[in-house]
Amino acid sequence: MKKPRNYKAMLSEIGPLLGLIFVFALFAALTPSAFTSFYNVKTILTQSVIIGIAAFGTTFIIVSEGIDLSVGSQIALTTVIVAAVLNLPGGDPGIFWPLLALAAGVLACTGVGAFNGFVITKFRIVPFIVTLGSMQIVRGIAKWIGKEQTVPTPDNWLTNLMLIDPSPSWLLFGPGVWLALALLVVSAALLKYTVLGRYTFAIGSNEQTARLCGVKVDRMKIVIYGLGGLLTGVAGVMQYSYLTVGDPTTAVGLELDIIAAVVIGGGSLSGGEGSVVGSIVGALIMAVLRNGSNMLGLPNYVQEIIIGAIIVGAVLIDQQKHRLRTAG
Amino acid sequence: MSSSVLSLEGIRKSFGPVHALQGVDLHVRAGEVHALVGENGAGKSTLMKILSGVYRPDAGKMTLYGAPYAPANPLDGRAAGVSMIYQELVLAPHLTVEENVTLGDEHARYGWIRPRTREVERILGDLGQQGVAPDARVSDLSIGKQQLVEIARALLFDARIVVMDEPTSSLAADDTQALFEAIGRMREQGLAVIYISHFLEEVQEVCDRYTVLRDGKMISTGRVMGTPVSRIIEDMVGRSVDELFPSGDHALGDPLLDVSGLQGRRGVPANVCFTLRRGEIMGIAGLVGAGRSETVRTLFGLDSARSGALSIRGREALRVAWMTPRAALDHGLDLLSENRKEEGLALNLSLVFNLTLSDLRRYSRAGFLQLGKERRDGARWVDALRIRAGSVEQRADELSGGNQQKVCLARLLQQDNDILFLDEPTRGIDIGSKAEIYKLVHRLAQQGKAIVMISSYLPELLGVCDTLGVMHKGRLSAVRPVPEWTEHRIMQFATSGYDA
Repeated sequence: MKKPRNYKAMLSEIGPLLGLIFVFALFAALTPSAFTSFYNVKTILTQSVIIGIAAFGTTFIIVSEGIDLSVGSQIALTTVIVAAVLNLPGGDPGIFWPLLALAAGVLACTGVGAFNGFVITKFRIVPFIVTLGSMQIVRGIAKWIGKEQTVPTPDNWLTNLMLIDPSPSWLLFGPGVWLALALLVVSAALLKYTVLGRYTFAIGSNEQTARLCGVKVDRMKIVIYGLGGLLTGVAGVMQYSYLTVGDPTTAVGLELDIIAAVVIGGGSLSGGEGSVVGSIVGALIMAVLRNGSNMLGLPNYVQEIIIGAIIVGAVLIDQQKHRLRTAG
Repeated sequence: MSSSVLSLEGIRKSFGPVHALQGVDLHVRAGEVHALVGENGAGKSTLMKILSGVYRPDAGKMTLYGAPYAPANPLDGRAAGVSMIYQELVLAPHLTVEENVTLGDEHARYGWIRPRTREVERILGDLGQQGVAPDARVSDLSIGKQQLVEIARALLFDARIVVMDEPTSSLAADDTQALFEAIGRMREQGLAVIYISHFLEEVQEVCDRYTVLRDGKMISTGRVMGTPVSRIIEDMVGRSVDELFPSGDHALGDPLLDVSGLQGRRGVPANVCFTLRRGEIMGIAGLVGAGRSETVRTLFGLDSARSGALSIRGREALRVAWMTPRAALDHGLDLLSENRKEEGLALNLSLVFNLTLSDLRRYSRAGFLQLGKERRDGARWVDALRIRAGSVEQRADELSGGNQQKVCLARLLQQDNDILFLDEPTRGIDIGSKAEIYKLVHRLAQQGKAIVMISSYLPELLGVCDTLGVMHKGRLSAVRPVPEWTEHRIMQFATSGYDA
């Protein structure tokens, strides 16, 4: 069968990328030398790591027509758990203890995610409400473990992950950037080339169809929220690395930036649409805007207004595209 | 007819090429309950929507109490005294009975509502419903009581003509009796009630006169008393089976599916039993709401069952209550949903994703999809069923209704299971696609598959099926070869549950 190339469909896939190139070019033109310096590019990439990795997980959740508002709290919980494990008696900052701390943090978030999924499917409560609740609960647990204050930690290799300049300089970027890149490849492949990803799309597009076709919808949702939690946990470890302390009050409201990244990247809150690559592009667009605005000396409120407009604008453009398609 | 309070004459209405009403007359007198009967799609709903002002007729004349009546919208109709009680209730469940009854007509002074409790009580009393407290929350009442609240609302607005569309379809027996009592009292007060129902035994019980519609025309009208039910059924059916159905023999083989004692969670289906043989096309006829879809959906694990067992290829019986769609698919069952858009298809996904969704095991290895193989097979089905699409990547919502239905069928074909439940497989598609689907169903039977086909269009069931059962209020009649059924006999069971 001859395959006619669908240019409109292609455009909708690379739309966010064009947006990223546009804002990058715009700031490059406005602040030539400082903005495009290699150091600044590294800074932007490093600044996108945390939101980016969490956005990979949130992409799965949003594609399945869900939402997770507890992501910011989960990140705070991870930083506190990592710090707590590092401070355990008998702990030493060698290779092993930080690894254990990392695993504990990631596992805790996976558990929170799976628990969210369990409550959503078992008791048929909408995800917005369930995760609105767990946002508070998890934040409370983080404060409880951290005894309502920041938890200092001994020096260890986890704090090197988010360095802008890597220690062997031939790495070019910090380990966090490479890790995000690896997770990008893995999550993108998972969403696009596996049965898990296909079921995620099917559930988000039409849950009834998925059920009719024998998809075990409830079990899949728990897996999806668990996977979201796992990636959030990794993002939380990155946050710890950035802070170098456990902080139960960190990342308040960060889930909204993460959801914004997914939506700018083409994710639809009514499910069935979205891509991991789009989400990282969305995260980069926001990072570029913040960084460029700072370089230009624009006040904070200008950035907020611009980013808000972009979120609404991205969805607006997306809807127009759909209208064109269904009309044509 | 001089004593008519409402006269409709020569009403015509077309929707594009579809002539829904082709010159219908209807005369309703004061103090009578007038039954409006006819098969699905005969034009009853369209006529009532014209009466209440939802649609405007293309031609024809309406008179209400001797004056010309031409409502521009439902509010206009209500102001003139015509009230509709729809099948789906339109009450605000969180408000009280009184708040619902007076909604839109609150008596207020400076914005403060003055209670009309006394008035509401009087109206409820007139309906024989002294037991309903005006301050009860509507969501705490039974469906039947809620319906009476809605009737009370119509009476508060000085309704003179009350139209009820299938009012008993979701009522329990004692609620039905309360409703009939209320209707009787309305008749005594000189109101006219237009009563739309499929259930002819109810028509006999509460109605004074009847009008039969068929294919958008008025067929007959007269007094209910003295008219045999068989005569009314004849008028409702009265058409011949046309020749768009394939003929061709297929032998019936061993039993493939044996269902016994199937009982749904909400009482529908009620103790359904049947046996399906290899190569058999079994039709299930019945009215909307009789439990046809529920029967196959329960077997497929989509609706929950209270009890019942099914045995496949004579193997040991499985409990239906434990069935899930995944297990059903793995046991060789498959289902075509009657709701193509709400359930059958994931509309914003591509054609090929929809096609393979039930069988991704075939298109994956260790959890990784084999996209090339999936696309090649998808393209093959697109060709085989002549699905008109730009490519297999095309989104499902960009296809026409007939092509969407073919995608749903293609999913069943590629799954290649032996026991197929087809729920309204030709609903809402053009006649050409219908004929293709009939042929396909026949070919599947010839291959030795067993098929259950549900349809609201009788000629189609009589033309395609080998055997046929009829459902009435959750019960399934005996399944007999099609030649032993007549349309008359089918309608009789469907409307009364009585098998001659």
